[in-house]
Amino acid sequence: MRNKIDRVPVREQDPAVRARNFEEVCYGYNQEEAMLEASRCLNCKKPSCMEACPVSIKIPDFVSFVEKGDFEGAAKVISEDSSLPAICGRVCPQESQCEGSCILGKKGQPVAIGKLERFVADWTREKGIRFTDKKPANGIKVAVIGSGPSGLACASDLAKLGYSVTIFEVLHKAGGVLEYGIPEFRLPKEKVVKPEIDNVRALGVKFETNVVVGRTVTVDYLMEKEGFKAVYIASGAGLPKFMNIPGENLNGVVSANEFLTRNNLMKAYDSDYDTPIYVGKKVAVVGGGNVAMDAARTALRLGAEVTIVYRRTEKELPARLEEVHHAKEEGITFRMLTNPVEVLGDEKGWVKGLKCIKMELGEPDESGRRSPVAIPGSEFDIDTDVVIMSLGTSPNPLIANTTPGLEQNRKGCIVADADGATTREFVYAGGDAVTGAATVILAMGAGRKAAAAIDAKLRR
Amino acid sequence: MYRIVKKEFLTPIICMMEVEAPRLASSAQPGQFLIVRAHEKGERIPLTICDYNREKGTVTIVTQIVGASSRQICHLEEGESFVDFVGPLGQPSEFIHMNDEELRGKRFIFIAGGLGTAPVYPQVKYLHSRGVKVDVIIGAKGKDFLIMEDRMRAVCDNLYICTDDGTAGKKGLVTDMLKELLDSGEKYDQSVAIGPMIMMKFVMLAAKPYGLPLIVSLNTLMVDGTGMCGACRVTIGGKTKFACVDGPEFDAYLVDFDEAMRRQGMYKNIEKEADHKCRIGLGE
Ligand SMILES: Cc1cc2nc3c(=O)[nH]c(=O)nc-3n(C[C@H](O)[C@H](O)[C@H](O)COP(=O)(O)OP(=O)(O)OC[C@H]3O[C@@H](n4cnc5c(N)ncnc54)[C@H](O)[C@@H]3O)c2cc1C
Ligand SMILES: Cc1cc2nc3c(=O)[nH]c(=O)nc-3n(C[C@H](O)[C@H](O)[C@H](O)COP(=O)(O)OP(=O)(O)OC[C@H]3O[C@@H](n4cnc5c(N)ncnc54)[C@H](O)[C@@H]3O)c2cc1C
Ligand code: SF4
Ligand code: SF4
Ligand code: FES
Repeated sequence: MRNKIDRVPVREQDPAVRARNFEEVCYGYNQEEAMLEASRCLNCKKPSCMEACPVSIKIPDFVSFVEKGDFEGAAKVISEDSSLPAICGRVCPQESQCEGSCILGKKGQPVAIGKLERFVADWTREKGIRFTDKKPANGIKVAVIGSGPSGLACASDLAKLGYSVTIFEVLHKAGGVLEYGIPEFRLPKEKVVKPEIDNVRALGVKFETNVVVGRTVTVDYLMEKEGFKAVYIASGAGLPKFMNIPGENLNGVVSANEFLTRNNLMKAYDSDYDTPIYVGKKVAVVGGGNVAMDAARTALRLGAEVTIVYRRTEKELPARLEEVHHAKEEGITFRMLTNPVEVLGDEKGWVKGLKCIKMELGEPDESGRRSPVAIPGSEFDIDTDVVIMSLGTSPNPLIANTTPGLEQNRKGCIVADADGATTREFVYAGGDAVTGAATVILAMGAGRKAAAAIDAKLRR
Repeated sequence: MYRIVKKEFLTPIICMMEVEAPRLASSAQPGQFLIVRAHEKGERIPLTICDYNREKGTVTIVTQIVGASSRQICHLEEGESFVDFVGPLGQPSEFIHMNDEELRGKRFIFIAGGLGTAPVYPQVKYLHSRGVKVDVIIGAKGKDFLIMEDRMRAVCDNLYICTDDGTAGKKGLVTDMLKELLDSGEKYDQSVAIGPMIMMKFVMLAAKPYGLPLIVSLNTLMVDGTGMCGACRVTIGGKTKFACVDGPEFDAYLVDFDEAMRRQGMYKNIEKEADHKCRIGLGE
């Protein structure tokens, strides 16, 4: 009989305190807590949790190692399917993936799979254990474009298979969204992201930052002139959308990408760094995804009073449950069923408010989602100095536009099959560049699949 | 990487540097820019590619000290390196896409305001090398602010110089000089103005009655320079464009200059090390 205990709660920073700092919100489990939580798992014969994990981590296996206190054994199991567990354990939308399908969740609380995964990964890192088994070098060069989770995963798998891999990254720092998008308080950079990238480096992967593929070099140049036999494009979906409403170019309206990049990549929150950030006293964030939550909670930590404006209801918020919960605890105001129609400015061209209209949910559309409709005459103003637009992002067309024969679809996503093969031979693509903005684990999974396909192709 | 092989102060506040960046040098085109960081905690600063030497693998930049970051850049010495140096960014000038046939017989005039002389130079040099007729007007506050005069003279047909105080060339503004040329019957197929935003706006107003096509290069605020943040957005013909990927060059008659100037000032009060002495001209 398994332990009939409640899900072990995870220790977190006090909301009032953390609302003013950038340290990690969640402390994670210690050994005892992890072993106790692991003891709740039923070790199902047909584990539904595993089916719901996009990379099929052998969840019952690793959890039973944790229960026994064999954390290295657990880490080995995870490493067979995931190369970024410390990150996925922190940022996966577990409630709609592994944990959402855990059998225990049917009647009570699911096993805290994400927190256990995080515990194992953190333990492994702190112990300095690395899984760097590598086949002998085969001298074949492969280029990876973009150093986000998808590029990192593909590069490390290929390096383990003996390939000589170079990652080309346009920004000055590797990591993609992990570095410029997701804030420190959710994903610590020095503690978690950097060691993951160092692991990839330890496998022999070379990083060339400050290279814009499509401008500094092209895909064809890399293949013809620099001898790369295959290319994996993992350039993400970094282009911000705006609403095209009046007043959107007033001083004080920024994209979430700009706000987060200034703060995360450029470290504007740290006065030792030169990049400025404008926060104002009151901030309105438009949108309801993870990106909106991150922008809102960042603005809060920089001292603003923050309101999230979202046109559907709380049930439809696409953000991870945990982020919404944390944002509320920290004191962020949620205005649901509200849609901006105009940004209001003062005589000098600075934001002074956001004109919004109330919405109601209409009939379900083809996708089954009830789409919001404006209630005529219900306009009202929100007093604010800054508006952060967080309406989603799309892929940057630069690479597709400069690579003849590489097909993209109407949304600007690169066309690729399940293995990442594109319409150009020896050119593969995956992650957000192919799917549009999605998740870390999907991007990582696509990178691993492409690595296997590239290996099969080059060995033929 | 990104070592400064040559450095020279053109004026007390304008510095020219030749920097090792082989990949960038081999792909740079006139009209494009790059982004530099002077040190680990520095801002990403956009600068125009003022020249490139594909054989040597070097790129030339010219920086005017207007605030903290541009000062840090100018304080780097020969032999030292930038931590980051990325590009080429943005679209090359439109004439790059024209073949000799199309270019032949065309006549260009460039109007450079102050530091704008530096970004104008590679374009004039390119056109001149293709046998195109090019005239250049350089405007500056005074003799001490005049840069690259000899270099420019070597690559253009006629060079006209004017200064606010009359210490070099003619006394007056670039707009006066342009009108004078046009009134005297000079004909141009295309004009290009690069300099402070306000100057480009006035060149546009001056050129309009003559129906002279005009391109300007917009020096907006930027963060990434790759289309990722939207800090550089400008309104062109009523539509929002990103200067870093759609530009930096645009048809002057479509630019909302007033909005662009206002947006440049977004971080003015917050710039951590505001330096009043050195704020000369740029973008004001
Ligand atoms: C603020 C924010 C919060 C998020 N929160 C979560 C979360 O909680 N959970 C979750 O699962 N997902 C989250 N996501 C989504 C997740 O981060 C992405 O789905 C994931 O990072 C995609 O990985 P990728 O490797 O495909 O692309 P990216 O991480 O975007 O990496 C692409 C890299 O390619 C580089 N690049 C682009 N173009 C070029 C070029 N031409 N040449 C060279 N390099 C180039 C980019 O600079 C970037 O570094 C969040 C996203 C954001 C923005
Ligand atoms: C495409 C492009 C090409 C450029 N080419 C060059 C170049 O070749 N040489 C050069 O010296 N500068 C160039 N600039 C401008 C340069 O990037 C700015 O001068 C620099 O960012 C100012 O940083 P700072 O920290 O020194 O000054 P700050 O302290 O940031 O600002 C000082 C003053 O300059 C103004 N300012 C800030 N940023 C800009 C800007 N981007 N443009 C105009 N004014 C600004 C501020 O409003 C303030 O009044 C270019 C800009 C762009 C976008
Ligand atoms: S990778 Fe994500 S979905 Fe898979 S088990 Fe870990 S937390 Fe769950
Ligand atoms: S479904 Fe839940 S209980 Fe069953 S193996 Fe997975 S985690 Fe354990
Ligand atoms: S500078 Fe960020 S999009 Fe242009």
